[in-house]
Amino acid sequence: MGEADTAEPDGARRVASEARDRVRFEEEALALADQVYRVARRFVSTREEAEDLVQDTYARAFRSWQSYTPGTNLRAWLLRILTNLNVDRGRRIQRRPDETPLEENDYYLANKIVQSGGEQVLDQDRVVERLSQDDIVSALAEVPHDFRDAIVLVDIGDFSYADAAQILDIPVGTVMSRLHRGRRILKGALAETALEEAGT
Amino acid sequence: MSSYTDPCAHCEEMMQPYLDHVLTEAERVEAESHLDECEYCRRRYRFEESLRVYVRKATDEQMRPELRQKLSALRIPLD
Repeated sequence: MGEADTAEPDGARRVASEARDRVRFEEEALALADQVYRVARRFVSTREEAEDLVQDTYARAFRSWQSYTPGTNLRAWLLRILTNLNVDRGRRIQRRPDETPLEENDYYLANKIVQSGGEQVLDQDRVVERLSQDDIVSALAEVPHDFRDAIVLVDIGDFSYADAAQILDIPVGTVMSRLHRGRRILKGALAETALEEAGT
Repeated sequence: MSSYTDPCAHCEEMMQPYLDHVLTEAERVEAESHLDECEYCRRRYRFEESLRVYVRKATDEQMRPELRQKLSALRIPLD
């Protein structure tokens, strides 16, 4: 066979190479679906909303895959799309920026639990005995969006402050302060539950 | 230079950054040195650490297999 018969024209080679890149992108994105869902589930109230959001995220990601820069953080890129879609859907209407959350100290929950049972209740994994899985989920859902998003990304999604800042399109310092306050609000809510369940 | 006169208050201030691994080396050494000698703070650090693990576990809801199939179906077919 002559060279002219085997050589692919430049255009065909480019198309084939692009198709390979796209397939690889899609596979890498799908491999992250569990992690994307885990974050989405805590951004919104119901499983159905989370599923819709993740589907819309992947539909958009697959359409605009060429705007992703290979070698950068794909999970953060997907979460950025998801966050934008979530905002576009108006799921932020519950936001209450004027509502100043309680500012408790960082040992607040621990100290409240100690008050009801002594220092030793903090030992080992006694937190599980005081708080059920539902208590945790409900308390997190009560944290206002802006603060909760930071907690979900950093504490549940395992993103760095810098990645969370990029995803939420806010400065790193704002991520840190929202995280700080959000964790305190969460612990305040958990303290109330723990004390109710302890009957104190 | 720390303005704290109460070492436990200062230690509390460092707890979240400590657990986030964002303290400087000097701050980390300072926190750990206080934790070595203060049972009050040590118990609270441990509590906070286990609380974080528990929050993560409690909020971990698996994606349904149907959603995974729907996501795969969104892939753009090759020409």
